[in-house]
Amino acid sequence: MAGEKTIVADVDRSFYDFRYEEKDAFRVAEGLTPAIVEQISREKNDPDWMRAFRLRSLEIYNRSVMPDWGPSIEGLDMENIVTYVRPNTRMSAAWEDVPEDIKSTFERLGIPQAERESLAGVGAQYDSELVYHNVREEVAAQGVVYTDLESALRGPYADVIRERFMKLVPPTDHKFAALHGAVWSGGSFVYVPPGVEVEIPLQSYFRLNAPGAGQFEHTLIIVDEGARLHFIEGCSAPKYNVANLHAGCVELYVGKNALLRYSTIENWSKNMYNLNTKRAKVEAGGKVEWVSGSFGSHVSYLYPMSVLAGRGARAEFTGVTFAGAGQNLDTGCKIVHNAPDTSSYVNTRSISKSGGVSTFRSAVVVTERAENSKSAVSCQSLMIDSDSRSDTIPAMDIRTDKADVGHEAKIGRISGDAVFYLMSRGISEEEARALIVSGFAENVSKELPLEYAVEMNNLIRIEMKGAIG
Amino acid sequence: MADKLLHITGLRASVEEQEILHGVDLTVNRGETHVIMGPNGAGKSTLGNVLMGNPAYRVTGGSVIFAGEELLRKTVDERARAGLFMSFQNPLEVPGISLENFIRTAVEQRTGQRIRLWDFRKSLRRMLDVLQMDESYASRDLNVGFSGGEKKKAEILQLLMLAPSLAILDETDSGLDVDAVRTVSRGIEEFKKEKASSLIVITHSAAILSMLDVDRVHVLVDGRIAAEGGAELIDEIERDGFARFDTREA
Repeated sequence: MAGEKTIVADVDRSFYDFRYEEKDAFRVAEGLTPAIVEQISREKNDPDWMRAFRLRSLEIYNRSVMPDWGPSIEGLDMENIVTYVRPNTRMSAAWEDVPEDIKSTFERLGIPQAERESLAGVGAQYDSELVYHNVREEVAAQGVVYTDLESALRGPYADVIRERFMKLVPPTDHKFAALHGAVWSGGSFVYVPPGVEVEIPLQSYFRLNAPGAGQFEHTLIIVDEGARLHFIEGCSAPKYNVANLHAGCVELYVGKNALLRYSTIENWSKNMYNLNTKRAKVEAGGKVEWVSGSFGSHVSYLYPMSVLAGRGARAEFTGVTFAGAGQNLDTGCKIVHNAPDTSSYVNTRSISKSGGVSTFRSAVVVTERAENSKSAVSCQSLMIDSDSRSDTIPAMDIRTDKADVGHEAKIGRISGDAVFYLMSRGISEEEARALIVSGFAENVSKELPLEYAVEMNNLIRIEMKGAIG
Repeated sequence: MADKLLHITGLRASVEEQEILHGVDLTVNRGETHVIMGPNGAGKSTLGNVLMGNPAYRVTGGSVIFAGEELLRKTVDERARAGLFMSFQNPLEVPGISLENFIRTAVEQRTGQRIRLWDFRKSLRRMLDVLQMDESYASRDLNVGFSGGEKKKAEILQLLMLAPSLAILDETDSGLDVDAVRTVSRGIEEFKKEKASSLIVITHSAAILSMLDVDRVHVLVDGRIAAEGGAELIDEIERDGFARFDTREA
């Protein structure tokens, strides 16, 4: 072919790398001691049980070992992680009241616009505190509660939260769950009463700004019997030289015949260690639908888990992971069938480029109680070049004969013929490759609301082009 | 003097180190319809692919002036934007991109400006109608699960929407039944309504040609133009085959 070959260059994330001078109101000393945890607890005005919970979690943290089975997290030095950074503002219900630098960060990310277009409520977390929180009146009028977790701890749902907080993901689960239990800060609480259908998605947006700051937000969602909700979580962080840690926790309670869709687009900066734990418990006839896009971070360990606890409970997981230069993204999901007639469907795509490593790790467990259960797992990988790597590690533990379990995996490359075909219609090579990759990830984008699908396709375009105009 | 759109001189090209085209000369003026016929393996499809810039082929000599500029120095997408189009014999399936979005992206790249969705949809619907394609095709993934005939129609749909100055139809009639050939021909007629549009039809059968007003026929044998003439050559080839053009020693 005549003409210059396009160089698909390394990822330039500069679009997301804007940041502002830090103006922390309060900042704890680096490293983690009981004194620090108590200080956090005091500052947050925790109920007593929560302070005790934090200290217990810290003990568990101190005696648990670092995970050694996945991508290396040696670059992470907990002694240098500032665990708590609070921006210089109080929570605000009006967008106009949010400080200018914080506001412009969110505006660059298009959050208020997105809300104005079609979203029911936005909770935007700037570092550790919610700075902006708003639920549209009609949603609130349906009895739906959407608030930050800290104030919910002192509100009418205090007991509900106490019964469920870190019950799906106990601090003993792993070292970073314990860390989360000790220092968690910010996050959302959502309660949808029985039979209520929330027609427009609720969304929250997380963003890390301070260098070396960890983010440990906790999301607790309860969708009561027969209710429906779509919750969207978007994440991004600007780039710093100090390693950042994200060890959030998501706990989803899906009631009988309820439906919860939980969508995430994660676009952490490339020095982020994303060690997030997400888990859903689904009662009889209920359904959880995970839609997950992982683009950023240096290292990710992310395996949302669905526990199908009641007869006929269902789980669907649709995911895409894009690992570029310097990224090792270990993602997947876990499904536990623990009741009869349960079903799960997993459909994931992973893309690796410029030496990126993308690993799909799944576990399907079918217990003796889960007769007549069905599970289908399908994962496809696309390697953009020969420097990249893609692995698939499916695990299955089936304890009954009466189950139907399937797994399918495919690995491929971008076809030169397809690129030629698209280019022959006047589309540039970069654009042609981006189109093919976007098409590959369509399983996720078609499940997202339009603004998010557009954002995701833009992310793919940025990754594929290496620079944006 | 006629208005030269495409002027090929001494074009040589090889694939996997084997030379397929041994020096092809060909000129197409604006508004003309040319036919390239020849036996299997003569290099007909190679010629189309080389003109479009398929990286699987290597040009080893010659020159191609298209719309006053050297085509061979341009990238594939630049050639398309300059007004060249080739319909593929076996169009690729591209999952996750709808036919409609693909065509819209291509049209915007070709014209260099955004088009209003409403205007785009309107002209797309008209062209779908010309090709007797159901509107639902527009939202289907590009060529995915299309039958052979549907793929060919989708190619002609792209031709109509992109409105190039020169279209190369590579065996567009192969594998089509009589009705489909008629529909495709109707699409080609629609394209030729624009007086300045030129066409190169690569084929080994005459069925599709009976519906076209052919200006010039080139017989390609063993990588060279072995004969040229008017539409009467088509009848002769239909009757006698390509034997008399094959100058290679037996």
